[in-house]
Amino acid sequence: MNGAAFIVISVFTLAAALAAATLPNLMHAALCLVLALLGLASFFFLLGAEFVGLALVFIYIGAVAVLIVFTILLTRRDSKQHHGVNWSGVLVAFAVFTGLMWALLRTQLLSIVPPHIRALTVKQIGQALMIGYVWPLQCVGLLLTAALIGALVLVKEERR
Amino acid sequence: MSSALDQIFVHAKHWLLSLFAGAPNWLVQVISSLINIFALLAVFLTLFALISVLERKILARMQNRYGPNRVGPFGLFQPVADGIKMLIKEDIVPARADKVVHFLAPVVLAAVAILTLGVIPYGRNMTAFRIDGGILFFFAAGSATELAVFMAGWASNNKFSMLGAMRAIAQMFSYELPLIIAVLPVVMVVGSLMPDTIVAAQGEYTLGIVPRWFVFTPWGATTFLLFFISGLVESNRTPFDVPEGESEIVAGHMTEYSGFKYATFFMAEYLGMFAVSGLAVTLFLGGWHAPARVLELVPSYIWFFAKLSALLFVYIWLRATLPRTRVDQMMNVAWKFILPMSFTCVIAAAVWHYAGRGLRGWLWSLFVIVVVYSALSILLDTRRKFARRVYRFAE
Repeated sequence: MNGAAFIVISVFTLAAALAAATLPNLMHAALCLVLALLGLASFFFLLGAEFVGLALVFIYIGAVAVLIVFTILLTRRDSKQHHGVNWSGVLVAFAVFTGLMWALLRTQLLSIVPPHIRALTVKQIGQALMIGYVWPLQCVGLLLTAALIGALVLVKEERR
Repeated sequence: MSSALDQIFVHAKHWLLSLFAGAPNWLVQVISSLINIFALLAVFLTLFALISVLERKILARMQNRYGPNRVGPFGLFQPVADGIKMLIKEDIVPARADKVVHFLAPVVLAAVAILTLGVIPYGRNMTAFRIDGGILFFFAAGSATELAVFMAGWASNNKFSMLGAMRAIAQMFSYELPLIIAVLPVVMVVGSLMPDTIVAAQGEYTLGIVPRWFVFTPWGATTFLLFFISGLVESNRTPFDVPEGESEIVAGHMTEYSGFKYATFFMAEYLGMFAVSGLAVTLFLGGWHAPARVLELVPSYIWFFAKLSALLFVYIWLRATLPRTRVDQMMNVAWKFILPMSFTCVIAAAVWHYAGRGLRGWLWSLFVIVVVYSALSILLDTRRKFARRVYRFAE
């Protein structure tokens, strides 16, 4: 059952990602990216990491996707034109892929059969964040607050 | 006897599943899910049909007219007539529209609304989809609403649609933040993101008559109000129906939709309204618990739907009473008042918890809320700064 689900989700995610990279209409590409992210989230569900999957849906589909779509809408006037292959983009994508594959193949974890553990509850994640990792969490919070204030300063209307 | 009546739907489902006793495990799971989905859809689509006619009747009563009274007894078959009308209407798609996205937008919107209905506990042992992070699931699924509205507005290739979609997204983003932060105090006090646990935490009674619902604490009452207002905005209902704004931008993102697609939008809006109200009942009004121990004889799902109907009535009542707000005023309220107040509620809930959850905590949290409310009212008071109004764009 899980194997079949894995294959279905993989094909779905890869097809959506490929469409996101190749579709000529930018808006369609952005919507396909949303589908690919949905596929990624369902991988997490399949692994029993519900919280991570939900957070992925919440942040990427709820916020980032809308941001991307708005960026396209507000900056491009020629979103329907085909721009040809962007070779630098291909190069960067290939470099990232090679780096990731290199890191993955070097890890020892791949050859070990994972022990059967119960999926983490939200409570356990919360306790880990608030007790073990409270300083990193606070630092990230500070960084995000700084970014928020910076964005506000940038868009603030000058007083006349 | 009362517990048998209470669990009648649960037993019915178990009986249905027992018919498939010999089937493999995964098939039983699939059938169990299908039964849940079917029950949810049947109940809420019926409620949608009912509420669409009741809303018109109540609005008519409040505006001193008759309302629909021609089809069936008291006009009760009006939704059937409406449905037939919607189905046989021509489905018009603009020539320059993006056909696929134009078609997908209402589908996504309705699907998302139905998904969010799944995690709400409707009665004892009656949650369609039990998941550890149920509240998070609700908002994660609901966050796709904005994308669906945008798809509708963009694919229609119409300036009214685009404007409506822009307005809708601006308003939904502004109010999603207070909506989520308003959930935080309850989650903090209960210590769980699971709707069933939150309902169970409100199941006790003080002296056997006063239920320990969160709405009866100062922070709970304030949060409930904030949540209700934010929910009203999220479901684009009348005092905040700026995205549709019939008198300004035709029908917003729904301008280029006709026939059954328009009906789907309408349905998604109502289902979203049910979901937000259902979550409000779960979080603050004690879910399916009876208001007094004696009244527990009445089945739990009846209490849930009674509370839900009460909230829906308030929605309709507000629609009949209030005119549409202005966009900038609405945003101002969201960022300058509702957001600080919801943060205050988080603090007040913490104060309530650490002061012992009793009378002392009650008074202290009330004190915190009153202080911040007064400070905000003084700070946001614009009466002192009244000057001659200058119009920048209309002269």
